Amino acid sequence: MLLRTTARGPLRHAAGLAVLLAFYALGEAAARLGRLPLPGSVVGMLLLAAALHLRRVSVSRVEPAAGVLLRHMGLLFVPPGVALMLQYELLRREWLPVVAAGAASTVAVMAAVGWLQQRLEGDG
Amino acid sequence: MADLAAAALAVAATVGVYALAVRLQRRLGLMVLHPVLVSIVALIAALEALGVDYAAYDRGGRLLSFWLGPAVVALGVPLYRQVEAIRRRARAVLVSLAAGAAVGILSACLTAAALGASPEVVRSLAPRSVTTPIAIEVARRAGGLPALSAVVVILSGVLGAAVGPPLLRALGVRSRTAVGLALGAAAHGVGTARAVEEGEVEAAGAGIAIGLMGVATALLVPPALALLAWLGLAG
Repeated sequence: MLLRTTARGPLRHAAGLAVLLAFYALGEAAARLGRLPLPGSVVGMLLLAAALHLRRVSVSRVEPAAGVLLRHMGLLFVPPGVALMLQYELLRREWLPVVAAGAASTVAVMAAVGWLQQRLEGDG
Repeated sequence: MADLAAAALAVAATVGVYALAVRLQRRLGLMVLHPVLVSIVALIAALEALGVDYAAYDRGGRLLSFWLGPAVVALGVPLYRQVEAIRRRARAVLVSLAAGAAVGILSACLTAAALGASPEVVRSLAPRSVTTPIAIEVARRAGGLPALSAVVVILSGVLGAAVGPPLLRALGVRSRTAVGLALGAAAHGVGTARAVEEGEVEAAGAGIAIGLMGVATALLVPPALALLAWLGLAG
């Protein structure tokens, strides 16, 4: 296979990136054709984890490229976040419910997951 | 040509501002100065000052945000590693996270609706309990505002990482896996950074929580919004 070359340096990233893009395309196709209630990228994430588990893809091939994307992921949220400039009116009107809902659900999820997991481990 | 130059400029400005914001946070060590939030505020201010509208900026911006898809796929690598690490507790983990996803969606939507939020805002808050790139995708599909979801997810991450460990101690949660799962589930990326400080078991728990909360939330948001709409709370 083309990608099974022992590439080093930037090429190693290029090969890994090609694998990630292939799984993204696969996830999108599966989500659309299977009418799955999941975003294609999430399906791609699950397919990649499964392929790694079944040793169809080796971790060393995707890890360098995945590491770059994960380390700098924050950069990728910036352009969608800048779209907030289209919503001044809405933010002025509804900042209170937004902030309250964010804070309340953060505490609720933290407490629910921590408490439940502790109980389930204690009983099991 | 002019279009290409403008797009290249938007990309360069975004990368440059983000790199500066990362440095600023490292220098000052303040969690509230999350580089993504600082970059968003700085870029909005710059675009307003220069009179550039969002559509023009986004011709370059979308060249960056395209990579959110492959970045979510890349989360499969840590997910694979951590599934191996906590396989013996798999059933408990699945139950806790599924419950956490439901609690996250309902607590966010009900609080917002009770305080008079519009349906569009309620829909944007539904995917609050997942890592930002998945929240953006889920909000887009659910008819919410991805920008609002992204900012709320990051802000709650900062809050959760700060109040999480003392809150869990007060609740008597001692299991290291439970602490990690709770931090990852409620505070995502920022919470995971905090879990890494606590230890390896906590870090693995946080990592798996990010991956599986993403799946559970993406699955639960459409039926939860249908239920809320039926109750007349989400239009």
